Amino acid sequence: MITLNVNGKPRNLDVPDDMPLLWTLRDVLAMTGTKFGCGMGLCGACTIHIDGQPTRSCITPVSAAAGKRITTIEAIGATPAGKRIQAAWLALDVPQCGYCQSGQIMSASALLASKAKPGNQDIDNAMAGNICRCGTYPRIRAAIKRAAGVKDAEV
Amino acid sequence: MRRCEVKTTLIETQDLASPSRRYFLTATSAIGGGLLLGLGLPARPEVRDTLTTDAPFAPNAFLRIDRAGKVTFVMPMIEMGEGTYTSLPMLIAEELEVDVDKVALEHSPPADAYINPLVGVQMTGASTAIRSMYVPLRRAGATARVMLVTAAAQRWKVDPSSCRAENGMVVHAPTGRKLGYGALADAAGKLPVPDKVALKEPGDFKLVGTPHRRLDTAGKVDGSAKFGIDTRLPGMKFAVVAQSPTFGGKLVGVDQAKAKAVSGVTQVVRFDDAVAIVATHTWAAKQGLAAAAPQWNAGPNANLSTVDIVDQLARASEKPGAVARQDGDAAAAIAGAARKIEAVYEQPFLAHATMEPMNCTVHMTKDGCDIWVGTQVPGLTQAAIMKLTGLSREQVRIHNHLLGGGFGRRLESDGTVRAVQIAQQVQGPVQVIWTREEDIQHDMYRPYYYDRISAGVDAHGKLLAWSHRITGSSIVARYNPAWIKDGIDPDAVDGSADQPYEFGAVQVDWVRQEPPGIPTTWWRGVGVTRGTFVVESFVDELAADAKVDPLAYRIALLDKKPRAKTVLQIAAERSGWGKPLPAGQGRGIALCIGFGSFVAQVVQVSVDNQGVVKPTRVWCVVDCGVQVNPDTIRAQMESGIVFGLSAALYGEITIKDGRVEQTNFGDYRVLRINDVPQIDVSLVKSLAAPGGIGEPGTSCVMPALTNAVYAATGKRIRKLPIANQARVAA
Repeated sequence: MITLNVNGKPRNLDVPDDMPLLWTLRDVLAMTGTKFGCGMGLCGACTIHIDGQPTRSCITPVSAAAGKRITTIEAIGATPAGKRIQAAWLALDVPQCGYCQSGQIMSASALLASKAKPGNQDIDNAMAGNICRCGTYPRIRAAIKRAAGVKDAEV
Repeated sequence: MRRCEVKTTLIETQDLASPSRRYFLTATSAIGGGLLLGLGLPARPEVRDTLTTDAPFAPNAFLRIDRAGKVTFVMPMIEMGEGTYTSLPMLIAEELEVDVDKVALEHSPPADAYINPLVGVQMTGASTAIRSMYVPLRRAGATARVMLVTAAAQRWKVDPSSCRAENGMVVHAPTGRKLGYGALADAAGKLPVPDKVALKEPGDFKLVGTPHRRLDTAGKVDGSAKFGIDTRLPGMKFAVVAQSPTFGGKLVGVDQAKAKAVSGVTQVVRFDDAVAIVATHTWAAKQGLAAAAPQWNAGPNANLSTVDIVDQLARASEKPGAVARQDGDAAAAIAGAARKIEAVYEQPFLAHATMEPMNCTVHMTKDGCDIWVGTQVPGLTQAAIMKLTGLSREQVRIHNHLLGGGFGRRLESDGTVRAVQIAQQVQGPVQVIWTREEDIQHDMYRPYYYDRISAGVDAHGKLLAWSHRITGSSIVARYNPAWIKDGIDPDAVDGSADQPYEFGAVQVDWVRQEPPGIPTTWWRGVGVTRGTFVVESFVDELAADAKVDPLAYRIALLDKKPRAKTVLQIAAERSGWGKPLPAGQGRGIALCIGFGSFVAQVVQVSVDNQGVVKPTRVWCVVDCGVQVNPDTIRAQMESGIVFGLSAALYGEITIKDGRVEQTNFGDYRVLRINDVPQIDVSLVKSLAAPGGIGEPGTSCVMPALTNAVYAATGKRIRKLPIANQARVAA
């Protein structure tokens, strides 16, 4: 038995210690907002926050999250940064197919929470781990700046 | 002289002029009240609504209005990012006079009513959504509006011409009376369907042509949007599948005991060429597969490599092919020309690498089979499962979902077939997932193409004749042989046989050569992407040979293509074409006429002293005729450009020892945010028939990029991907 704190709620789970959080969330807790993309931490679709840090849930065992705060896309809108990121995503119509966007938003929210006025290099550093095959990258960059209140000229 | 002109691909845009050719309208009173407006063939009541599976009736229609005034649109196309779940509702809402933000959307089930008239099957693909639905959906909206207005006029005993529809209501202008659509739906459903309804003139559009927020964004920013892989059913099991790593290999052994010893593993399902591990969650299934350590017999392709395939293509390309276009005697003209210029172009196998890996959830029951999947072809998928299982059409129920990327991959039903084969041996529902490695190693690939092209020029470099032989796999021959005309696969020669430049003699022919054991299929831009790369690269070579500016060279050969000239000229203006750049930088230009649209792009690159190519700017100009949702057109151009750059810079599936060498995003590299150039998209206003926008952005950017590399380095890229080829010249 392991107890996880998922989006502020304690969840008692009978799963193997080495089970990645991704499958725990999706298959055991039926929280499907967090996506499977590569299984190797290469694409970022599975990004969640553990104690506020962006983390690839496909390569993070549940045992590593015991006693820590797990935040997923389903609850990121309750954080100030997440709320601003989601609003900017809506305003600029960032998503296309949308499959990678949970991970994009989790990475972007962590960036904004840690850096109020991210520049282009900050955005590259924070977002380069998140692949989007629809190529929404220009809008992702613009939406992060919008959420931060950063104008292009400032970066 | 024989001229066999091949029009672009599989579609006939002139069908837009006679939209009623295939369709007729039906209207019935919906069960439970309201108006059910059908557009298409008679209802098959057993077809179920895919979103609300408990619904008491089956929509056979594009449009439903209930007594409460709730308006529901059933989408004939599936949303995979291209924006149809906004642009198609805009078309209906424009004529129906409802607030498009308040309508409910449903995925269409497999049914003849939703057949795409441009391709003849129920398909989202080939950039046809707007082209095929621009008139039919407006007609559906207008017809419903006329019936609702008529119902209101009858109730008020007034002349219908004194009433108008606005914002989901009918208004009687002289008295100011109003009735909502819900209150009129029953009565409207009892009226005869008008034979003819007037559609708005484009100048009267209120919605169409104005940027509109996507209707599907909210669920895609909070994790609530449901893709096929998000299906969750009571008692559902999870499975992973492993197919023989070598194409055509067989399963010879599995350690069942070790697999079943993994906690959570419930079953090992063996096939001739694959094994699936079923478990209570995906992690257990993955662990079980590792423990099962399947053993394979490599089979007939055990020694196959890319080099062998390219050799076969090269040899096949020495034979004459089926003639797709012949203007004059190109061979004689080239033989008699002052000089002959020739080149070979090669384009590799490509995977799709959709962000949502292939997956399918199936529940075999006593009375049939339920399938939860995201597919571009619900009808073909249903047919494949009927053939596999012997079940009737009514018993194979496809519940379509949003697609986490399509790009052609989900035009195939292979994954659904495998999932059903697995589910046939499992009690209860099972979700089958392809790991990323399995998804890449058992994709169906964009085929390798080998093009020989030559031109004859006079002493001044003026182009006299052109001969182009295309050699590669025929997707059409497998997918729908009926599309082959006069021995020509229209996809194989698309963008080539109809190359737009006018000069002297032209010959284009095609040789079919299949790669042994390797499944091939559609990939974004299909034949247009392959043809445009060769034609636009070679035209650039000819311009360089003639020492003429590549833009001016093209313009001079496009006298009869004013829309093409216009997009090229705007792209040149916006990009500062002709202005000097520092050493190691260059601009390339390309034109793509495809899918009914005209696209020109200028790519600017820098090539560092290690030969690393970095695209820094892209200017894209598109004339796609009437624009429905302009922001979606911009988004699709951005998308197509990024997709095409990934392929042209890095994309390559290679075969060694009979298997795909690439496994995941580590060795199948795609663009990341830090790789993306600044992209500037301009739209040309036009009242021409709408063109497709999902694909030409991809088709255009590859030659624009390689032409820019030439401008920067003098190195002509004739084989994709670019990879490290610029290193030689740098």
